[in-house]
Amino acid sequence: MRLRTFPGGVHPHDYKELSKQDAIAVLPPPEKVIIPLSQHIGAPSVPVVKVGDEVLVGQLIAEPGGFVSIPQHASISGKVTRIDLFPHPVGTTQMAIEITGDGKDAWVELADDQDFLSLPAAEMKARITAAGICGMGGAGFPTHVKLSPPADKPIDTVILNGVECEPFLTSDYRLMLEHPQDILLGLKIIMKVLNASRGIIGIEANKPDAIRIMEDMTKNEPNLRVVGLKLRYPQGAEKQLIYAATRRRVPNKGGLPMAVGVVVQNVGTAVAIYEAVRYKKPLVERIIAVTGSIVKKPANLKARIGTPFQKLVDYCEDVSAPIGKIISGGPMMGFAVPTLEAPVAKGSSGLVLLDEKQARNLEEHTCLRCGRCVDVCPMNLFPSLIAQAVKNGDLAMADKAGLTDCMKCGSCAYVCPSHIRLVQWIDTGKIKLAEQQRNKK
Amino acid sequence: MEHKIFVSPAPHIHDHTSVPYVMWQVVIALVPALIAAVFFFGIQALLLTLYGAAAAMATEALIQKFRRIPVSVADGSAFLTGMLVAFNINAGSPWWFPIMGSIFAIAVGKQVFGGLGNNPVNPALLGRAFLMASWPTLITSGWVKPKLGLTSGLNPDLIWTNLQSAAPKAYQLVTSATPLNVLKTLRDTTFVNSIAANPTDNSQIANNIYQQLCSGTCLNNAFWGNIGGCLGEVSVFALLIGAAYLLWKNIIEWRIPFFYIVTVFVMTALFGGVSGLDSGSLLLPVFSMFTGGLILGAFFMATDYCTSPITKTGRIIFAIGCGLLTFVIRLRGGFPEGVCYSILIMNVFTPLIDRFTIPRAFGEVRK
Repeated sequence: MRLRTFPGGVHPHDYKELSKQDAIAVLPPPEKVIIPLSQHIGAPSVPVVKVGDEVLVGQLIAEPGGFVSIPQHASISGKVTRIDLFPHPVGTTQMAIEITGDGKDAWVELADDQDFLSLPAAEMKARITAAGICGMGGAGFPTHVKLSPPADKPIDTVILNGVECEPFLTSDYRLMLEHPQDILLGLKIIMKVLNASRGIIGIEANKPDAIRIMEDMTKNEPNLRVVGLKLRYPQGAEKQLIYAATRRRVPNKGGLPMAVGVVVQNVGTAVAIYEAVRYKKPLVERIIAVTGSIVKKPANLKARIGTPFQKLVDYCEDVSAPIGKIISGGPMMGFAVPTLEAPVAKGSSGLVLLDEKQARNLEEHTCLRCGRCVDVCPMNLFPSLIAQAVKNGDLAMADKAGLTDCMKCGSCAYVCPSHIRLVQWIDTGKIKLAEQQRNKK
Repeated sequence: MEHKIFVSPAPHIHDHTSVPYVMWQVVIALVPALIAAVFFFGIQALLLTLYGAAAAMATEALIQKFRRIPVSVADGSAFLTGMLVAFNINAGSPWWFPIMGSIFAIAVGKQVFGGLGNNPVNPALLGRAFLMASWPTLITSGWVKPKLGLTSGLNPDLIWTNLQSAAPKAYQLVTSATPLNVLKTLRDTTFVNSIAANPTDNSQIANNIYQQLCSGTCLNNAFWGNIGGCLGEVSVFALLIGAAYLLWKNIIEWRIPFFYIVTVFVMTALFGGVSGLDSGSLLLPVFSMFTGGLILGAFFMATDYCTSPITKTGRIIFAIGCGLLTFVIRLRGGFPEGVCYSILIMNVFTPLIDRFTIPRAFGEVRK
């Protein structure tokens, strides 16, 4: 198979060997879950329960706060004990609903629609919307929004993202090995909803067995295809994946994949979609890789949404050295979280624990102007110039050098020999620019 | 919790590079050229290099102490500058020569502007320019004869025996000057007309020397380093080993050296001939590549991070500019070699080039 890729990018060691052999294990429902009201991009969900209410697994506990928003569901059965600020897996504290379990794990009634593939598209979409699904690769964009392109933007291609280019993470990989059928059914549902003729599954070359399995499964499906991709970060970024798989370029300055007739969904999201449409099952659990060189027994766990990270670490028999950094997500774009009390959210693809040495901050030097950041930027921007302009307060210059097109993949900061925190400066610039534009209005 | 949990923005991992890593890698890449210099010119080459490097480090440390900022000589950047200053002087220079050059390079070329990353032009080349302006004869004459031949790279056996008496000026030239010097002098018709005792032989002798410069023997000598010249620039072979290492290690990028060398090559092929003389071969552009400081300059000095453009298009413009200037200085300038000044001049344009070559973002729509 000829491997495809995109321009730019970096090639960090993938560390997947730590957890790639571990089959998905089911983490028993915890005694307590913390379900954040904002696990997605868009308006926070609005609670429909109050403290003291009894809830079942899968019961609606918060409804969408707008069109670009999702509902939330209880992930254990028990009693709502608090609605308050809680540690959030992006490292801050945010509003969440705490449920204390009754140990019964009693579910709401689910369906089993054998003939789900012939359901009308509108019904499929309604079930997906009701299940509270958002992108499970990390960004957390509400899935039903992606599945509702305007009429003038026809979609011909659906790409399933099985790239998992972040080092350490193995949850999508295990899902592809163990549940390829569910993934394909999810893909077919997405294609039906969007009336797309072509389905592509993009997988990186460091997962040859996943490529083989998915190829076997799609052998007799003329409109489905597996695309093998060269090992390169950030291949799983939407625009880069679309380019690698189809050679189409999503327009910059806020252009969306639908502009080139493509919708991308993560393989985990595809499984959630399948379960939502067939079983009317809300998104209450996900696969999360718990890994890092200090984790004694790394694992890929099927955990309930809202499970505190501490429970995951306990399952992995704790750590062999003091934790230096807790990363929710992958090490390139994930969030450093101050406490293991933070819960698993719908977009939590991994929990990576670094030791103190790996976590230490490297000293920042002046820019050497070596240009590596420019060489690796997958968006073809000028990261050092953006950072310098932000430092100087020259937002116009920063914007010209590509501030708004940056997706914060971190490739530039990863290679910078001066260890300049380019992403941090760029992020600061983005916030300042947004502020400036708000004030203008 | 007793110990600290670090919290910081992503990314949370970093590759193995750092400023010292990059600098010392370049030093390592220059070692083959240093070995070649010692082989052809003797231990003096090594000593001059060490004097230069030591002076550069001492100057940097002193100034940083004086500025009350952390002393950063361990990062290898000053060592590299000192080494390059020495590489840009004659192996027959006095011991204090690289020291003067390095002090100037570090003090005026680098620290005055705030140190590493802030200097507008390449400090080592500025050091050389300073030496050239202050002691012009020390840097343009007195070339040390390489161990295995003549400074001009010509084969001694091919210089007919009576050249010394029949054409004393020509003899003097081919035994004491570098190949580029010889070429430059051949362009001077007054010189050509006066080389032989018997004036009718003038152009024949000049033609003969020109043909030998463009011959396989001379190019072979220039490739291995068996010619006169600045101590670090002579061995194309050794420099290319180092260059390949830097390219492999991803320390330098191919665009600057490639476009620089190709520009000089093409310009020489098109316009580089000596009017009135016949080289008898098409090897003059190869000669222009192998002689002088082009290989050292293109791979190790034009690629200096702080003073060359960051953008890919910018690097191409910069390199072509260096190539054109080098060619013009070699052809028309007062010096036989133009690599040093070309790079210095283009260094000054770097911020401007970067400003006008901000890359087009992925997916950017043409307006």
